[in-house]
Amino acid sequence: MNARARRGVFLVGAVGVFGYLMWGVAGLNGFGHHTQTALRYANGVVAAASPLRHASNAVTTVVMDVRGVDTAGEELLLLAAIVGMLMVLRKADDEEIVPARLEAPDRVGTGRSRATSVVAVSVAAAVGVLGLYIVAHGQLTPGGGFQGGVVLAAPSILLLIGARHETFERFHYGLAWEIVQAIAVTAFLGVGVAGLIEGRGFLANIVGPGSLGTVYSAGTIALLNVIAGPAVATAVVLAALQIYHQMIEIRRER
Amino acid sequence: MTAAVQTLVMLSVAVFATVVVLTRDPLHQIIALTPFSISLILLFTVLQAPDVVLSAVVVGMLAWPVMVLLALGKLRRNEVDP
Repeated sequence: MNARARRGVFLVGAVGVFGYLMWGVAGLNGFGHHTQTALRYANGVVAAASPLRHASNAVTTVVMDVRGVDTAGEELLLLAAIVGMLMVLRKADDEEIVPARLEAPDRVGTGRSRATSVVAVSVAAAVGVLGLYIVAHGQLTPGGGFQGGVVLAAPSILLLIGARHETFERFHYGLAWEIVQAIAVTAFLGVGVAGLIEGRGFLANIVGPGSLGTVYSAGTIALLNVIAGPAVATAVVLAALQIYHQMIEIRRER
Repeated sequence: MTAAVQTLVMLSVAVFATVVVLTRDPLHQIIALTPFSISLILLFTVLQAPDVVLSAVVVGMLAWPVMVLLALGKLRRNEVDP
């Protein structure tokens, strides 16, 4: 098929898809408006979040309580994604591991500006504390396990950018992160199964609601946030770590 | 006023995203990615989704560029000593 015919086929398809898409968009509610059903759902959630669950963040209430099963799926999806990535990026049979410090100790960690190093390393600890705060206050203010988990992974990436290779490696022994990932995912499902054992269904909010407005509130919402935080953080760090090892240490055998 | 700000930020997202797509060199693309990420962060802020902003800041400004850079570094090394 020549270029002209190919373009013709593409145009027919593109016009069809675009028309269909526009037809769908035209049927949407106006921006910022909602259907009666959505409004009723939203009102129900807001009515449940604060009085029933003692959680002032309605978004986290939906994610960790009302739609907790979806979040469990998301958690497993993350696990599957990271396991797949580690498998694809592992050392292949025709590759060898050359420890970076043996090959070119003078070259590792050079080539970045000192300003980059200073900024990255000096803010790393503060960003970590911010991540812990966002995870722990997920039921109160915007944030939660998933958002805070990503922030928790940031110090590792900052160290990767700013610290020397040896310093980075000292904090990033891969197995430790894998163990934390495994424990966190198991704990998440464990909280769900605990609901089943209580006889109230998978991921039911079986912990008492606590007092509204404090860290110790919202029952399993807070608990699941604290579990999801490390799970998400280790997943992101493991991904970065594996790509880093691919670049620094894994070579094709000659 | 709100509608005007939202429209402006959405248009900026569209413009910067197009710039990223039209940048062909992956290394240059990482630089084009930064204004795109910032405009996305602004969009989420304007749409009152602070939860998403927190993730977008780390992913857009830190995790994504670094992972692309590392992958590019690996590719370049393979070209140097195959």
